[in-house]
Amino acid sequence: MNIKEASSEAISADPFRVRDCTLVAQATGIRAQNLRELRNGLMHAAPSSIYHHFWGRFLRAQFDEPEYNNDFASWVYHALNERALAERLSAVNPANFGDFASLRGELVEVIESRLDLDDHVPWARGDQQFQFIQSQIIVLETGFSLEDPLSMAAAMGVMAPGSIYYHFIDARRRTPGHDNDFSRWLTGFGAKWETAREALRAIDPYFSSLAELREGLTDVMHRFAKEN
Amino acid sequence: MSQLLTDYTRVVGLEQMNALEQLAEPMRGAKVVHVNSTREGGGVAEILHKFLPFQRALGLDAHWEVIEGEGPFYQCTKSFHNALQGERVAISEDQLAAYEETNRRNVDRLAPLLADADFVIMHDPQPAALIHSFPDRKGKWIWRCHIDVSQPHRPVWKYLQKIVSLYDASIFSLPEFAQPLPHPQFLAPPSIDPLSDKNCELTEDEVASELEPLNLDPELPIVLQVSRFDRFKDPVGVIEAARIAGRMTPLQLVLAGGGANDDPEGEAMLRDVQAAAGGDPNIRILLLPSDAHRTINALQRAATVVMQKSLREGFGLTVTEAMWKGKPVIGGDTGGIRLQVVNHHTGFLVRTPEGAALRTRYLLHNRDRREEMGVTAKNFVHDNFLLPRLVQDHLSIMIRLLKGDEDRIELSAWENGRQTVC
Repeated sequence: MNIKEASSEAISADPFRVRDCTLVAQATGIRAQNLRELRNGLMHAAPSSIYHHFWGRFLRAQFDEPEYNNDFASWVYHALNERALAERLSAVNPANFGDFASLRGELVEVIESRLDLDDHVPWARGDQQFQFIQSQIIVLETGFSLEDPLSMAAAMGVMAPGSIYYHFIDARRRTPGHDNDFSRWLTGFGAKWETAREALRAIDPYFSSLAELREGLTDVMHRFAKEN
Repeated sequence: MSQLLTDYTRVVGLEQMNALEQLAEPMRGAKVVHVNSTREGGGVAEILHKFLPFQRALGLDAHWEVIEGEGPFYQCTKSFHNALQGERVAISEDQLAAYEETNRRNVDRLAPLLADADFVIMHDPQPAALIHSFPDRKGKWIWRCHIDVSQPHRPVWKYLQKIVSLYDASIFSLPEFAQPLPHPQFLAPPSIDPLSDKNCELTEDEVASELEPLNLDPELPIVLQVSRFDRFKDPVGVIEAARIAGRMTPLQLVLAGGGANDDPEGEAMLRDVQAAAGGDPNIRILLLPSDAHRTINALQRAATVVMQKSLREGFGLTVTEAMWKGKPVIGGDTGGIRLQVVNHHTGFLVRTPEGAALRTRYLLHNRDRREEMGVTAKNFVHDNFLLPRLVQDHLSIMIRLLKGDEDRIELSAWENGRQTVC
């Protein structure tokens, strides 16, 4: 691939270093049998645990749960049969919170609002406890780098699922404004890539597998590569 | 890339194998020793047979040792196993003495490998007490628990907890199994080897040829359970389920299993199962040798419905094997089966013989639904429960133990000059 020939525009950004990642999942020992215990668990769980229950499903063995965007909502629905609360919990979007303390506070607030409604505390069956898991991320350098947006369009379709996770999902945790790495990098290529940047940002990551996400991202990049 | 890694690349794809090689890079040359209690029979031995060559192909100096014991030792460790799965078992002082003495007797033989290993991975309780004899161990010692210990019999767990607490970490298949321990408890479900004789592709002719000596009725659909003859696998409950279903829908039940060297209760359980079958010509009990992998492969491929109606189950590799062959599984609603069998998607979870019978009839009558669930099941295994993923989990855990407990661990190959610009 002769990328430098394909792109006549002066390149101002650093090369995009393609990284990959994997998660190391760990039991925390925190468990919840009922809604009050879930609330207490949320108050004490480490940020990496709350993070895991929003995003960890992408990289661990779990059957796709397309209805809910986090494990808390899914458990509240399936184990406690609390449909309204599940809907409210699934509306909590980590991207709307500046830090984990605020995110934690919102989750606790939503659950307490339900607990305030009546004296009955919803319980799960004995063998359906919520298990708080935490995970660490191991970031790998693939050794590949991309010089310009056209090479990005070509490369994205064959990126490992772990690369998609790192650059599109994990990035939300470590970048200002909860952005993704691809859009941030495209900022260095001027106004003509602005629509592509926004199109990538508009992809909702919650209800897809990493393979489906990769497909969506690749479609956007191909579309704008043709236009540019 | 070695031939072995190339072969796996064909199944899981280049992306995953590249990630594995990157992860293995900092672990090259590390001496890793696995210890368990048998080379044949049961899921642990089966995993290790494939795990070792894979780790070696990635550049690790991997070894597998087996603790050697006699009758009283295996009686004790079988009681451990039953007690960890919740049975109220009393273990005598004599049995515990045999357990500890057997562990001590193995020290001289194993010491040269274990003393300077970078990582020692002890599988299940049988060899766990070896750690007492290595107070100056050099590497990280990990206890790998393959058993469903979600509700252990407390007195027995209390005894084992003192031993297990000495380890640097433990690994469980599910978070439900984790117990209060003073070290990190990692989570890694087991996996199957897609290239082994038990799981490789077979043609229809090969399936027919493997099954021909078994004289099964070609006119009747096969309902199959493959497992050791162990009360927690509930083979008697499976017979009851097949009898209930068989009253409405013609079928033949095949219970196929073998013994494990470390299971002294297998023969007694087999007699109970034979008595329960009572000579019914539509119930076939097959005691297969430990190397009958292709026969099991063929049975799973020929089966219309596969069951794993366990009452307790650490993971249930036979569930994974059947799903990999595109079969929905009727599984006991317990332990690791829940991680694999997703109700109405990859099979059905059941709690009673009646429930198993109902789902058996449903699957026998709904070919399209059966095939649709089978495809979902196979994809689910492909994405989550194949050997390369387990190797990746172990490498990640080892790296984590070396690098510490920061939320984010950055491995840099960049500085080593391994870079390609596109």
